[in-house]
Amino acid sequence: MAKADLDKLVATFPEAIVATHSHCGDETAVVLPSHLSEIMRWLKESGGFDLLVDLTAVDYLGRDPRFEVVYHLRSMQTGNRLRIKVQIGEIEGGPPPEVDSVVSIWPAANWMEREVWDLYGIRFAGHPDLRRVLLYEEFVGHPLRKDYPKERRQPLVRRENLLP
Amino acid sequence: MAETYTSRLEEAISWARKYSLFTYPFATACCAMEFMATMAPKYDIARFGAEFPRFSPRQADLLFIVGTIVEKQAPVLLRIWEQMAEPKYVIAFGVCASTGGFYQNYSTVPGADQIVPVDVYIPGCPPRPEQVLDGLMLLQKKIQEGTTWVQQRDRREREKGIEPPRPRPRRLPVIS
Ligand code: SF4
Repeated sequence: MAKADLDKLVATFPEAIVATHSHCGDETAVVLPSHLSEIMRWLKESGGFDLLVDLTAVDYLGRDPRFEVVYHLRSMQTGNRLRIKVQIGEIEGGPPPEVDSVVSIWPAANWMEREVWDLYGIRFAGHPDLRRVLLYEEFVGHPLRKDYPKERRQPLVRRENLLP
Repeated sequence: MAETYTSRLEEAISWARKYSLFTYPFATACCAMEFMATMAPKYDIARFGAEFPRFSPRQADLLFIVGTIVEKQAPVLLRIWEQMAEPKYVIAFGVCASTGGFYQNYSTVPGADQIVPVDVYIPGCPPRPEQVLDGLMLLQKKIQEGTTWVQQRDRREREKGIEPPRPRPRRLPVIS
């Protein structure tokens, strides 16, 4: 099972692992953002995790660090799954939070990172084309952040005096 | 002796129009399934003279807004409505098209009537075909009475002395 992969990861990068977690065959490692690229490349090339299943983010509003980017990996040879998380904080009034892009490791990350940028406002350093992917260019803000008001509308068109 | 019928020309035209509706299904979400059921033989919208879906707005005069409208799509819906042949009618099919339904978020338009004038609202998530046919009959009644949005606008303009073809704004202003 993937426990062996997780143990190998911890043994190889002991200084970069913040926490690990195993539950019902689901292995998770929280890693330092500074070591993300190195660890991901190692997982792909030496760990056999050749498929990036999903890349998403979570907003823990009120916690420090506020955001967590989650990578779901899978090995097509062994069928093992591994979840990698990085935690990134936000500087109040500063630039948007940023982590390293993994597009150069798994090209599948391209649109997923664009989606995370679109909806959570997390930037990916080294992404070839970091634009909004779901919302329109005129949109202001990042709507899946917990502090985005749910009633705020940003219409592209509205009717004008169409009452009979 | 031959019988003669008298009627006002406008009423005769409305009668003809209400039984030859050419629909444009603007189907965006799950409600489209129920629209298909309404079109299919069991409920058979053809009995009401509206059996012919035209997938070009330029050949249609009844816009069925079937499903959720998102903000990104709203300019498309407006463009489709502008392209349709006059006189044109709009039915909002399902709660999503009528009011936004259970969505209250950044992406969903709270009702298609924020973008185009809607004549008949059919509630339900999705509405049953019987409700759809009921809504269609309501629209036919409105066409006969001349109370749809387009007919009222035309009447108002005729009173002001504007005869078709009349100058129309090309697009509604874009609010960014
Ligand atoms: S009203 Fe219900 S069935 Fe219709 S589009 Fe909305 S969610 Fe789907």
